[in-house]
Amino acid sequence: MSGRLRMQKEEDGAAEQTPRQAPPLTKPAVPSYQPAGKEMENEISRDSELYSQSAVRRRSRKFRSRLAYCLCALSTVIAMVPLVLILFYVIYQGAGDLNLSFLTSLPKPVGESGGGMGNAIAGSLILIGIAAVIGVPLGVLAGTQLAEYRNPRLSCVVRLLSDILSGVPSIIVGIFVYTLLVLTFKQFSAIAGGVALGILMLPTVARTTEEMMRMVPDTLREASLALGIPRWRTITSVIIKTAGGGIMTGVMLATARIAGETAPLLFTALGSRTWPTGLDKPIASLPVQIYQFAISPFDEWHRQAWAGSLVLVLIVLFLSIGSKIFFGRKMKRAS
Amino acid sequence: MRRRLGDSIFAFVVFLAAFAVIALMALMVYELLRQSLPSIEQFGARFLISREWDPVNNVYGALPYIYGTIVSSLLALLMAVPLSLGIAIFLSQFAPRWLRSPLGLLVDLLAAIPSVVYGLWGIFVLAPFLGKTIEPFLADHLGSIPVFRGPVYGVGLFAASVVLAIMITPTISAISREAMLNVSRDQKEAAQALGATPWETVRMSVLPLARPGIIGAVILGLGRALGETMAVTMLIGNVRQLNASIFAPAYSIASVIANEFAEVTEGPHMAALVEMALILLFITLLLNLLARLLVQRTGNRAARLKGRPFAKNRP
Repeated sequence: MSGRLRMQKEEDGAAEQTPRQAPPLTKPAVPSYQPAGKEMENEISRDSELYSQSAVRRRSRKFRSRLAYCLCALSTVIAMVPLVLILFYVIYQGAGDLNLSFLTSLPKPVGESGGGMGNAIAGSLILIGIAAVIGVPLGVLAGTQLAEYRNPRLSCVVRLLSDILSGVPSIIVGIFVYTLLVLTFKQFSAIAGGVALGILMLPTVARTTEEMMRMVPDTLREASLALGIPRWRTITSVIIKTAGGGIMTGVMLATARIAGETAPLLFTALGSRTWPTGLDKPIASLPVQIYQFAISPFDEWHRQAWAGSLVLVLIVLFLSIGSKIFFGRKMKRAS
Repeated sequence: MRRRLGDSIFAFVVFLAAFAVIALMALMVYELLRQSLPSIEQFGARFLISREWDPVNNVYGALPYIYGTIVSSLLALLMAVPLSLGIAIFLSQFAPRWLRSPLGLLVDLLAAIPSVVYGLWGIFVLAPFLGKTIEPFLADHLGSIPVFRGPVYGVGLFAASVVLAIMITPTISAISREAMLNVSRDQKEAAQALGATPWETVRMSVLPLARPGIIGAVILGLGRALGETMAVTMLIGNVRQLNASIFAPAYSIASVIANEFAEVTEGPHMAALVEMALILLFITLLLNLLARLLVQRTGNRAARLKGRPFAKNRP
């Protein structure tokens, strides 16, 4: 018992490791264990034996704890390696070919140098625009339902389904839109691509809208209602306005997610080598163009793919870092 | 009373939007079922176990694709789960406070990189590297196990799994980190009061309480890996075969859809491809449902242990 107590004291001292505290803690403690009589000597030797045993065990426990700490830190470092490598290679391989003409001109046929992905960048912007027109209003309204109209059964189902929808592989959304729009109108089109991306945006926007609206304090709702403002006006001009910044971050996050999507565009927007001609025609997009150039056998196209990747990564990282920082600040202010 | 009209119109619009989510999911399942019906009727369960894939004679079997999808995803989990748990523990328990959110942001950035960029990097950087160093090393030292035997190409199941592992690491680590942060302080302090070292605290009080959430995170990661298309298509080799070696090229459900779907317009070939999409959809629906329930349970339990009702304005 006394050995245990001493060990505890020592551990405290060791753990704090501040010279200011250690001496006064241990010094009075140690003399109190110094025995006076001979009959206590046996007791002491057994005690110190126990003490050294448990010290060994304690050291191994501490060692194990330190090992676990190191392994966990190491795995975090390991996860950074691919991030750094990918960013390095995209910049290293892509920066050389990135210039104004890359951003503004059409791809050249094989064998001719130069050319760019201007049409793909324009196409991506158009597709994102269509997706936002579909996904954002629908998502914000669905989120409003979840946050403001507390209909337990409906909300529960909608929440679960929108979570599940965000886990559905994007290529399946592509097939769905293909059978729904492309087969019906017998035409690959920018609209179909935009719809596919809009569906992918929907769950993210809906869930962030819900979260953000829940953070609006009830007093604000009550104040508005007490002024005689009808509920729908309260929601549209008080709550959506208050939560607006947060909803915008959700939209940015969702945009970042869909900007890099390739799979759902393969058989909806298809891709094209010309400037966008109309919303009912196939349209080029940055990710699809990168994919097609990457799997081609031509070195020049590979270089173009790297440069395109650099543009895409810059767009996506800008959107997601921006929204994360913004979101972090929102959360801090709310709590 | 005149205001009631505006209110009920708005409520209706909002209801429609929420209902659209339900309708969308139902329509998706219905459309895929309808389009794959010819294939389901013609091949039945044989579709799942046959290796035949012959667009000329219209005989289709999905086994090589299912095999490639499952093996690549499981291999990816094998690599990603220990790594992600390490990250989650480090970022929720061990790391100094000021480091936590910047490091978390960096790990999250891995999820932001588009999969086509992973594919590009995989083809030109990772696959040649694996083919020159790690794969020959494994083949030399562990070649007695059939899994590591066979010629080394670089591009193949193994390369696809490595990229998949990188891609699902942020998903798994973010969600399990959330689950670990939900463990109440009392539980940790109780362990510390018994003299537990930091690692023992994690093992005795954090991990058991966060377990449902961690399992949910792993399942969500699996769901992502199964459905990942572009990076896998660019790296798995796209060879329809069943080969025990993990270095051999293979094929996956999502890749065959990506490669062949744009070229077919109708008929049994398309039905067969849609049926594979349907299988993938059902698997991911099931996994997501399970994972969400598990993740929710950790949230619930953690909140109860904290002694306050779970998210008080939630119905």
